[in-house]
Amino acid sequence: MSEPLIRRDRVFDFMVPKAVDGLDLSHGTVLYMEDVSVSFDGFKAINGLNFYVEAGELRAVIGPNGAGKTTMMDIITGKTRPDKGSCWFGQRHNLLRMDEPEIAQAGIGRKFQKPTVFEFHTVFENLELAMAGRKSVWPTLIARLSGEQRDRIEEVLSIIGLETESKQMAGSLSHGQKQWLEIGMLLMQNPLLLLVDEPAAGMTHQEMDRTVELLTSLAGEHSVVVVEHDMDFVRALNSRVTVLHQGSVLAEGNMDQVQNDPQVIEVYLGE
Amino acid sequence: MFLLRILQGDRGGQAFMLALIATLVAVPVMASLPSDHPLFISSYTVTLLGKYLTYALLAVAVDLVWGYLGILSLGHAAFFALGGYAMGMYLMRQIGDRGVYGNPELPDFMVFLNWQELPWFWYGMDQFWFAMIMVMLVPGLLAFVFGWFAFRSRVTGVYLSIITQALTYALMLAFFRNEMGFGGNNGLTDFKDILGFNLQSDETRMGLFIASGVALALGYLACRAIVKSRLGKVAVAIRDAEDRTRFVGYKVENVKLAIFTFSAVLAGIAGALYVPQVGIINPSEFQPLNSIEVVVWVAMGGRATLYGAVIGALGVNYAKTWFTGALPDAWLFALGALFVFVTLLLPRGIAGLFRRKGGKA
Repeated sequence: MSEPLIRRDRVFDFMVPKAVDGLDLSHGTVLYMEDVSVSFDGFKAINGLNFYVEAGELRAVIGPNGAGKTTMMDIITGKTRPDKGSCWFGQRHNLLRMDEPEIAQAGIGRKFQKPTVFEFHTVFENLELAMAGRKSVWPTLIARLSGEQRDRIEEVLSIIGLETESKQMAGSLSHGQKQWLEIGMLLMQNPLLLLVDEPAAGMTHQEMDRTVELLTSLAGEHSVVVVEHDMDFVRALNSRVTVLHQGSVLAEGNMDQVQNDPQVIEVYLGE
Repeated sequence: MFLLRILQGDRGGQAFMLALIATLVAVPVMASLPSDHPLFISSYTVTLLGKYLTYALLAVAVDLVWGYLGILSLGHAAFFALGGYAMGMYLMRQIGDRGVYGNPELPDFMVFLNWQELPWFWYGMDQFWFAMIMVMLVPGLLAFVFGWFAFRSRVTGVYLSIITQALTYALMLAFFRNEMGFGGNNGLTDFKDILGFNLQSDETRMGLFIASGVALALGYLACRAIVKSRLGKVAVAIRDAEDRTRFVGYKVENVKLAIFTFSAVLAGIAGALYVPQVGIINPSEFQPLNSIEVVVWVAMGGRATLYGAVIGALGVNYAKTWFTGALPDAWLFALGALFVFVTLLLPRGIAGLFRRKGGKA
């Protein structure tokens, strides 16, 4: 850390509440990652990464295998702690001081690369569990589903097209349906920032089109960061694209700019 | 009404609850029959049944954390034994000056060790209410502290099981020592009465049997209520996809801690009801083998059903009583064979037989 050990203006740091209610997005940026580095056994997975996401923005992140895309998401969601750098959600939430549930409650939702749903719960229950609200032990024990909440779940069910499967065990869904269910769980959390890791894997073309439609419609109200390998899918998103390479940003811009960037062609697209 | 709602959709639980109520009514009637009547039940059998019921409660507690939360605790007998010791301390103090040495203040083993005064942790144990609080508090507190460290450092799976096993083993070694002040190797025994009722009398034994049945029913309903609540669904979510649950925003450690502690308290209550019926508590109750046996009951009955745990506990213990009477040397082989048989042919336990068609867990 480059910060001095003692700062005279911040003596009682530990007394500052970790997560102040209400996000401060007054500068229009949802996520700041600055000079972030992390290495695993000497391998630099992320190397001096600077990455910003604007409020309401849809952003695609591409990069060859091992470029650090998933590690970047791990850092944002609190699963991995970086060796150095800073990572802020809005102006007030220091993500490096929060654990996974706190970050999720603050408003960052994540979809895993491998679809992960609660297999022994019904589709409906999966959405119920993901629903935004108080999630500590006692409120969860006495929680009752209100009519309003039920309506919200029905609404999300229709968005993800799983109304008829509502009472089915999530474990019995197809791969593509699980992807959709996981996206639906993200919607139930109502996060400000959605991190979506490879949403199109295992989907048919029609399903892919619907996913693109859904993600584009979410942008605006939410910020969405999509990591994807499928170039057609990224092109269809029609958004700003960030190319990661060896743990740092190689290029940024729209799809055409990025595709014509000689560096990008060299490391990735041109092969 | 409330109770009925808890059991809604739990067919096995409904059947079990009816059977339990029927037993609690029938046994006192059958025990009051003349002793040459074919349906007569001796007070020995009543106590045996009462003992089984406390085992069943312990099995339900284990099923709650293993079946629904995915924590394979191989140390739950430790919480059972601690509850038992708390009850044993109360019963020891009730002996008063009727002990072999006739010391009104000190239990026999302390006189034997030449102790002059009661250790501080025996204070208050002559009060029933205080002892009952300790029955729940001591196992609960141990589970809380243990869980606090274990879950916070994210120890899971086999490693957690091994640590729970070490916990009960460490307690066994500690309780074996005379300096601990719990009677060492011999434990606590020679109890005379509980709340003024003679422990040898048929009426007291019947009372303890009924208390065990009621405790089992209430414990079952409490576990069922947890399982049915959203917290129970979160527990299953943790069991199946712990990381996902975290990223959805639940503090996994706190959920585990709460349910694990509750389960330990239930185990403690079971132990407290067990001790006056068997008349002794000693460190062998902390044996790792005991905890493993409980897990075997649950696996045989069927995980994640609660009533399966009851079936397993009753079935295996009945078989054990029968075998150790008829073929004493063959019991461990029979237990092993039963376990292999159930794992291979009935992966969902005996309860799995009843819900082939149902499907929903």
